[in-house]
Amino acid sequence: MMKKKKWYSRYTGIRNRGINPQGFHVSQIKFYVILVPLAVFMLLPIIFIFSNAFKPPDELFAFPPRFFVVNPTTKNFTDLFAKLSTSGIPVSRYLFNSIAITIVTVLASILVSSMAAYALSKKRFKLKKTLFAINNVALMFVPIAVTIPRFLVIERLNLLNTFWVHILPVLAMPVGLFLLKQFIDSIPDEVLEAAQIDGASDWWIYWRIILPMIRPALATIAILTFQAAWNNADISTLYINDESLRTLAFYLSTLTATTTATTTANTVAGQGIAAAAALIMFLPNLIIFIFLQRQVMSTMSYSGLK
Amino acid sequence: METRRSFPLSKEGTVSALPFRESFQRWLYKEGSAYAFLSMYALLFIVFIVVPVLAAFLLSFTFFDAIQPPQFIGLNNYISLVTQDDTFMKYVLSNTIQFAVIVGPGGYALAFLLAWMLAQLPRIPRTIFALILYSPSMTAGVAMAVVWKTLFSGDQTGYLNSFLMGLNLLREPIQWLQSPQYLMPIMIVVTLWSSMGIGFLAMLAGILEISPELYEAAAMDGMSSRWQEIFYITIPSMKPQMLFGAVMAIVGTFQAGAIGVTLSGANPTPQYAGQLIVNHIEDYGFLRYEMGYAAAVSVVLLLMVLFFSRVATRLFSSET
Repeated sequence: MMKKKKWYSRYTGIRNRGINPQGFHVSQIKFYVILVPLAVFMLLPIIFIFSNAFKPPDELFAFPPRFFVVNPTTKNFTDLFAKLSTSGIPVSRYLFNSIAITIVTVLASILVSSMAAYALSKKRFKLKKTLFAINNVALMFVPIAVTIPRFLVIERLNLLNTFWVHILPVLAMPVGLFLLKQFIDSIPDEVLEAAQIDGASDWWIYWRIILPMIRPALATIAILTFQAAWNNADISTLYINDESLRTLAFYLSTLTATTTATTTANTVAGQGIAAAAALIMFLPNLIIFIFLQRQVMSTMSYSGLK
Repeated sequence: METRRSFPLSKEGTVSALPFRESFQRWLYKEGSAYAFLSMYALLFIVFIVVPVLAAFLLSFTFFDAIQPPQFIGLNNYISLVTQDDTFMKYVLSNTIQFAVIVGPGGYALAFLLAWMLAQLPRIPRTIFALILYSPSMTAGVAMAVVWKTLFSGDQTGYLNSFLMGLNLLREPIQWLQSPQYLMPIMIVVTLWSSMGIGFLAMLAGILEISPELYEAAAMDGMSSRWQEIFYITIPSMKPQMLFGAVMAIVGTFQAGAIGVTLSGANPTPQYAGQLIVNHIEDYGFLRYEMGYAAAVSVVLLLMVLFFSRVATRLFSSET
């Protein structure tokens, strides 16, 4: 006769202990005790962006200040889009620039990095190992350190004040190439050899076999490039003088620069606009990551650096 | 006159015996397409990474004010950096080390421990927590400046001031971002907050990849403590991810240097309290136009990153 199991036995047995469990187990409680408060703390500033963006002026002014919005309004957003920057450019222009730049950058980055990764992973040539090693060293590259020489290069190439200066410097992304190359390594050579015997050209193999098989890695590169391009205010500050070519991130940085000086009534009103713009900056990052997180995680299992 | 030679291309090893044009054609046939696929990336890589690094290196031996052509002055920039630049020695270097030690190894250890805890939760809560922990790293510095400035605002309408005064922990509002005393701790907290990035995800994926049999075998051999498990199984089995995470942590730490200026709204930061090496470069390069000197500081920064990455490679290299 089988002994009847206690209802909680499935939460105390060996099955759900350890790494990657299938379900809940009492041993997990201690992790929740640590993780839940930490997650709340990490989320606070992000909740604050949402809350502030929908606050009417009197709540932004309120004393004592209240963290959560009580009467949400979309006034900050309508104000933001009705507003002209100090040099007479409508905010929608900055937003348009940001969207156009980000789309072109993401697509170009996927193409450029994946082509290079295919060559480094599957083609045979003498310098292959050396070039990959150079790229690995470049993972340690800190762009902010060479801002000045980069400026001189961009000036020499006549790229100052062009649309392209937003895109080209972001495309050389060693992490992106590294992740793609590692992912392509996991495709068995036999697949490509079979195609070659059938007379497929290199381009056909790249386009019809490699690209469809590395979709998770492409999604990851897309996210990384998206963050680099969409959040970038430095390029507009350093390399662009023409206001109509600058981005939303740049416009936001001008808003915060003015809110620092003094705390007058005017800057409190500006806070609402800044909060709305901050939310517009943040949301696309979040939404894209939520949709692609599974692909990102599967790419990250190939991220090992030997 | 066109000379046509139609001898069949010979096997490996005789390439050097062929005339240049033939060997070039052979090379083109064998390796050309590989380089064609690489070309776009290589071009951008050279123009925007290799050339600027080399230029920084060369400029660091010159006096250059962006108006007159650079003048070669040997090692003078480096000498004055060590001997004459009081700000650098007194504030920037010690600030950078303090910031880097806490944010770098501290943030890295935190990322690993969090990843380790998350790996022991079922899939759905794990995904939710990973998303929450990762999301700060998606925020742009400029967007968050809005938030930090409101939260840490210096008068009594600031959220932190109001909160602490409400609890009677504070009598007077504190100028959080303008006081040398608090700027650095706030910079560290803010940077740690946003440091659970791609390296953290890599380590999480790495832990999940480890085969459960390893743990079972260890348990049978009598391994009982979780710490032993971490140090003898988890970390050794995911060295490559640990190394990737370490490199990302190092780069992120030095790249995050602009945060002090963003928060306080001034370069130099109040009494140099939040001045990091990155701000020092900007200060000399863009505010004082001493580009040669700024380049020398950049080279020092790049060497620091390289040095720490070497240390990490020593620790986690899978080849030894």
